[in-house]
Amino acid sequence: MREEILSLLEKNSKIDIKEIAIMLGTDEEAVFNEITAMENEGIICGYHTLIDWDKISDEKVTALIEVRVTPQRGQGFDFIAERIYNYPEVNSVYLISGGYDLLVTIQGKTLKDVSAFVSDKLSTLEAVLSTATHFILKRYKDHGTIMTGKPKDQREVIS
Amino acid sequence: MRDPLSKKIIQVKPSGIRKFFDLVSEMEEVISLGVGEPDFDTPWHIRDEGIYSLERGKTFYTSNSGLKELKIEISKYIKRKQGVEYNPKEEIMVTVGGSEAIDIALRAMIDSGDEVLIPQPSYVSYEPCAYLAGAKPVIIDLKAENEFKLTAGEIIEKCTDKTKILILPFPNNPTGSIMERGELEEIAEVIKEKDLYVLSDEIYSELTYKGRHVSITSIEGMKERTVLINGFSKSYAMTGWRLGYACATKKILDQMLKIHQYAIMCAPTTSQYAAIEALRNGDKDVEEMRCSYNYRRRYLLNAFKEMQIECFEPYGAFYVFPCIKEFNMTSEEFATRFLKEEKVATVPGTAFGAGGEGFLRISYAYSLDTLKAAMSRMNKFITKLRSR
Repeated sequence: MREEILSLLEKNSKIDIKEIAIMLGTDEEAVFNEITAMENEGIICGYHTLIDWDKISDEKVTALIEVRVTPQRGQGFDFIAERIYNYPEVNSVYLISGGYDLLVTIQGKTLKDVSAFVSDKLSTLEAVLSTATHFILKRYKDHGTIMTGKPKDQREVIS
Repeated sequence: MRDPLSKKIIQVKPSGIRKFFDLVSEMEEVISLGVGEPDFDTPWHIRDEGIYSLERGKTFYTSNSGLKELKIEISKYIKRKQGVEYNPKEEIMVTVGGSEAIDIALRAMIDSGDEVLIPQPSYVSYEPCAYLAGAKPVIIDLKAENEFKLTAGEIIEKCTDKTKILILPFPNNPTGSIMERGELEEIAEVIKEKDLYVLSDEIYSELTYKGRHVSITSIEGMKERTVLINGFSKSYAMTGWRLGYACATKKILDQMLKIHQYAIMCAPTTSQYAAIEALRNGDKDVEEMRCSYNYRRRYLLNAFKEMQIECFEPYGAFYVFPCIKEFNMTSEEFATRFLKEEKVATVPGTAFGAGGEGFLRISYAYSLDTLKAAMSRMNKFITKLRSR
């Protein structure tokens, strides 16, 4: 049942417990208990809403920053990752295989905001060797959802 | 001027679904629960194979019975699902949708005056196809108290010495009813005893929600009496590709192939390449779609329960078939008023035969949000009806 609940929640965090219970053919209490347990176990880490900020006047800029770092003795990448993810403007930090080490995504109000963060905060960290910042120009698909509008039902009437 | 038309074709009534939906097309903001095809797009990897085949210039006719590779995949698929072996060389043919297979199977097996048993409510094409093939269609009215399953008794009751073919439309459109192994075994006895053939339309075979679909061909002694019809439309959301297939003994298939050869030549080549990919790598897609349909099915059944609308639990296809007899209206009246007053399109049960009177076909090939909006309108509608 866990995986079914998770896949429903992953697609729609707004879904209520009663609805999950109906769809899975079980009772509400069982669903509630399962969800609570998964929250406690850290399987469910939060409930997000997918927003297209471009559609409201309050625009936001998102950047992906490739960061090359020197891992610290005894702590590997964890220590430097923590230094970076503690900044509230940082959205996500991933350790990456390949040409660089950490992929950091950050959201700011303007290009300037983001640039300032990179030059003042990120680049000045001792372990950081270099950064490369990529600004997102358009989101076509995010979290499995196509952002360019819902397609119309194209089915025609047939016998 | 002479009448250009045949007297035979004039007798055929246009489809009841069609008639109803001409009304829908004139209205705005209608929520439709009327469509009988998946709301999913064909999975991308399948479309991609179709495109790739075009890129490689695979634009010629295939052999009349279809691509060898595809027939082999179909054979493997049936073996895997039903444990029945069909020889891809002579017992399988690829058709333009399941609907072509229905037509040519009847034409290949019917002589004028033969009787064809057609359980109803069921898909709209059996009766006209049987009639056009020269048969006398004999209707078996399936009963709500049997959850619209076919029973051995009902076959015996309608059987005469002219009866030749039984059409077996399960999982059923429009009722969503399925036939389980035990039930099939019972009717198989009668079929053998009365020396009948079966045209088993299993187009919804992948969409069952209570165990796996059982084909009548998997029952002892039934393979040689059955034309098994299936296709890609419902299981892989490939309606527009127009691809189905028929499996039968060489004796029957050779004759079906003759009609196909002269009338159709071969099924669309691009679709055949895409279908190979569907059978090879499409299991996961089918599973995901089935899972979504099942959520919606449960959602609708619960909504009916809350509205206290009588509806048996259907375990197949993507339809529910609620009973609206308590409102003292015909299905057509109910559906028409529901459409005009609340702008929700459903299909009157009578579009699938007189036995559908008192019922509505509601399709759940729609997103949950659409179903929710429709159910809230339905609640409003029936509250209004009940308050008078």
